[in-house]
Amino acid sequence: MTGSKGAPLLQVRDLRVAFRRRGEPETVAVDGVSFDVAAGQVVGLVGESGCGKSVTSMAIMRLLPQRGVHITGSVKLDGEELLTLSDARMRERRGRDLSMVFQDPLSSLNPVIPIGLQITEVLRRHRGMDKEKAREAAVELLDRVGIPDPRRRITAYPHQLSGGMRQRVMIAIALACAPRLLIADEPTTALDVTIQAQILELLKEMVAETGAALIMITHDLGVVAGLCETVNVLYAGRIVERAQRHRLFGTPRHPYTHGLLRSIPRLDAPAGEALEAIPGSVVDNVPWTHACAFAPRCHRSVERCLEVTPAGETTGGRLLRCHNPVPASAE
Amino acid sequence: MLRFVLRRLLQVIPTLLLLSLLVFAWLRALPGGPASAFLGDRATPEAIAALNRQLGLDQPIFIQYGQFLGRILSGDFGASTITGQPVLAEIGRALPATVELSLAALLIAVLLGIPLGYLAASRRGGPLDVSTIMGTLVGVAVPVFFLGYLLKAFFAVQLRWFPPSGRQAVGIDATDVTGLAVLDGLLTREWDASWDALLHLVLPAVTLATIPLAVIVRITRASVLDVMGSDFVRTANSKGLAPGTVRGRHVLRNALLPVSTTIGLQVGLLLAGAVLTEKVFVWGGIGTLLADAITLKDYPRLQALLLLGALVYVLVNLLVDLSYAIIDPRVRLT
Ligand SMILES: Nc1ncnc2c1ncn2[C@@H]1O[C@H](COP(=O)(O)OP(=O)(O)OP(=O)(O)O)[C@@H](O)[C@H]1O
Ligand code: SF4
Ligand SMILES: [Mg+2]
Repeated sequence: MTGSKGAPLLQVRDLRVAFRRRGEPETVAVDGVSFDVAAGQVVGLVGESGCGKSVTSMAIMRLLPQRGVHITGSVKLDGEELLTLSDARMRERRGRDLSMVFQDPLSSLNPVIPIGLQITEVLRRHRGMDKEKAREAAVELLDRVGIPDPRRRITAYPHQLSGGMRQRVMIAIALACAPRLLIADEPTTALDVTIQAQILELLKEMVAETGAALIMITHDLGVVAGLCETVNVLYAGRIVERAQRHRLFGTPRHPYTHGLLRSIPRLDAPAGEALEAIPGSVVDNVPWTHACAFAPRCHRSVERCLEVTPAGETTGGRLLRCHNPVPASAE
Repeated sequence: MLRFVLRRLLQVIPTLLLLSLLVFAWLRALPGGPASAFLGDRATPEAIAALNRQLGLDQPIFIQYGQFLGRILSGDFGASTITGQPVLAEIGRALPATVELSLAALLIAVLLGIPLGYLAASRRGGPLDVSTIMGTLVGVAVPVFFLGYLLKAFFAVQLRWFPPSGRQAVGIDATDVTGLAVLDGLLTREWDASWDALLHLVLPAVTLATIPLAVIVRITRASVLDVMGSDFVRTANSKGLAPGTVRGRHVLRNALLPVSTTIGLQVGLLLAGAVLTEKVFVWGGIGTLLADAITLKDYPRLQALLLLGALVYVLVNLLVDLSYAIIDPRVRLT
């Protein structure tokens, strides 16, 4: 399944995305992000709203508008650079080699077209199937993602399905051509709590079954906990900590990661331990250019944090971007 | 779908009743009452009294409304005070001309407006887009009268490409089938009659089409831009579909929903524009009947035309609703 020997399936290097509007200073949404995804691996991308998760994924998919957006860096899939690929070639790869599941399944499906066609069109495009074959394949896909009575449902319109069903359809579409890489951008955020777990379970099953790698984007560490091998924590467009899931959860070193973990309820927490929200919000951020963007909200900030940008340093398989990390023994 | 159609048809009835009530009330509110309105300014008091009795105006008001409805339903709209002829017959003779003109204008506006609005949107900010926007600004601003005379002066009088007025050249002997002259010529294979009718039709139709064309272009452009930014188009792109598929299957179909509403609304304006256009080009349709009825206070004719206008408007919007149901399953299936 792997491409050239040893090289990861997806290699993102120094990805930077800036939005430029006339008469306004440019907004840097993604600011030098690098990470790898190995074939079949499940990688988490975590961070609060506005930190650049969606923009990162859209940049990888090349789905950002071309006007007013400036992208630099490198995104390689199977060794092929995607950022400089021609539009036509990118269209060939999108949906076939890499695909995406979005947050809101209702708005992400075309309201005036039956779901069957929304599945078959991707099969016909990339697999060259005829109508009949694509239809059979779509029925089978719907069956695999757990939609009851798929032969009848294939003519249904999105508004006739429940939210969970719609997201199952989205997953069927994304996995129709058995892509090497699936990006799921908050696939459960728009769903009822009871449905969320089912959809996560389905995603887990489906990637295991098809051997696809998965980038799981979420602001919810609970989602990551049951799913991802490696977790990237994103803050204000930069990765501030990356580690194996167990190490990250066991000994979070970055004050932001630490704060995120303290803010989710845990079953094994000692009785009486209070949940703590991270104070402030993203609007308090300072630019990375000469400081740590998290400094105004950080309980461990030191003088240096507002003078020098912390560099990302990797030690023992953990990436950390902090002047004064939480001591490894703190938890 | 059939149930949807039947339900919408039933819903039209109260609307029409309400409109008839409005026309009825309007007639009652005229100075001197309907009788003097119907008989004209120079009617004698005896004649008015006689007609009042004949019209049942000495009866309670709801009975009067019932009788009014009864007359309308039996097709009795009275006689024109200008010509003395039954109003309905007059309208019947004038209607095909106006239908032909309006249909031609609508066809131009829709067939040109949707592609143009679409192209402008897909080349947003480019020269085509900018010039299209400018064009539509001029298009909605220029008075129909002015544009009509301008086109006539240039293309008919100066260049002599088209006849300046009327529907038919002298010496053409056309057979009447539907009353739509261009179509009749085609149906009866009288090619020269059809061609002649077409030449007569061009300038008035273009004049009448200008405003709806400009409006349809703008709405289409805005709607396409809106849909192009929607999540499901992003999904379509994330599937790597060919650009043509994304546009045709995903963008255009959704973008047409607001456009079809606009087209329905334009038909109302089209009827108003037809009055002016017919005047400029001496077209001799409903617009001419209406203009004369207004200047000469021909109330029976006015009443019939108002009811006819209301009926057309309601029916057109019914068609719009049906087109919605065809495009959008959310309407059809709920
Ligand atoms: N089209 C755009 N123009 C300008 N700025 C943008 C645009 N899209 C995103 N941004 C900015 O980029 C930053 C990152 O946005 P992004 O959507 O990636 O956040 P996110 O991490 O996905 O958040 P959420 O959890 O809310 O989805 C935000 O600050 C946002 O304001
Ligand atoms: S660099 Fe300083 S401000 Fe930033 S997270 Fe570390 S301690 Fe806090
Ligand atoms: Mg997002």
